[in-house]
Amino acid sequence: MTSDGQRPDDPLADLERWMAQGQRVALATVVATWGSSPRPVGSHMAITASGDFTGSVSGGCIEGAVIAAARESLANGQSKLLEYGVSNEMAWEVGLACGGRVQVFVDPLTP
Amino acid sequence: MKAQLLHTLQEWRAQKRACALVTRLASGTSALVDGARQIGELVLTGSELEAVRARIAADQSGLVEADLFVRVYAPALRMIVVGAVHIAKALAPMAALAGFEVIVVDPREGFARSEQMAGVAAKVAWPDEAMVELKPDRRTAVVTLTHDPKLDDPALIAALRSDAFYIGALGSRKTHAKRLERLKEAGFSDGDMSRIHGPVGLDINALTPAEIAVSIVAQIIDVLRAEAP
Repeated sequence: MTSDGQRPDDPLADLERWMAQGQRVALATVVATWGSSPRPVGSHMAITASGDFTGSVSGGCIEGAVIAAARESLANGQSKLLEYGVSNEMAWEVGLACGGRVQVFVDPLTP
Repeated sequence: MKAQLLHTLQEWRAQKRACALVTRLASGTSALVDGARQIGELVLTGSELEAVRARIAADQSGLVEADLFVRVYAPALRMIVVGAVHIAKALAPMAALAGFEVIVVDPREGFARSEQMAGVAAKVAWPDEAMVELKPDRRTAVVTLTHDPKLDDPALIAALRSDAFYIGALGSRKTHAKRLERLKEAGFSDGDMSRIHGPVGLDINALTPAEIAVSIVAQIIDVLRAEAP
């Protein structure tokens, strides 16, 4: 572990590794948070079309929903801005237990 | 994002260049920016570039406009640990987990060899020479653990002459008082010496080497985040 770019737990490195294996991948990033939120702005999650992932964008509350959105983005080639919070209509399903609000940008990697 | 842009970003990070990935959220287009240039399909205006570079300087990711997200990648924070002693063996892996690039310095080959720091290799060198080479900056913490003035003092003197954001020295209050007397004789003012956290670490009644390491990492994070914009 010698630098920011060489940590073993680097989702960006996982993206490159998966792409080298011929997999289609997307990057999810926390772009804004309000109130209490478990992962800071800039937190990354790397996701494959088959649903494998590394990294995290919350304390585990919304990862499942982000993976589903990422697979959708990979299917249609469009990036997407997601927002989650307890006030969300789907709060009972994928809300943040901590009561915060978070915006996550999902970006499919293109050749 | 284009795969090539990600590849370049990873190259820049490996070269320890402070940079940012900038994304226009509505279109999903991205640019890679450092102090000198911007590349990628997203082209930023002069004022946008200025805002991005201010973010890079402050190491602060976030939205600079409602639609423009900046993810800053700064080289890892460093922790220079003087003394390949028992506490260092606990401190080095903990600090590495917290994201620090850890460098353990000890001129005593026996110590440096016998105490491999859980993957963090010790550097066999005199602290004053190591500090000249390592050039502590405002993203560096310096912790002395040897108790030996011959080793600790030169490292502390070099740290005080640097911009290191944190300086800590292991030792009892009595040991620390004597240390401050020596540093005063070496020409440092009370203001200079107030930068040294001694006895090192937050007061959590730590007893074992691992507990002391927790208190040191916690204090460094406290200082680091208290200074954040």
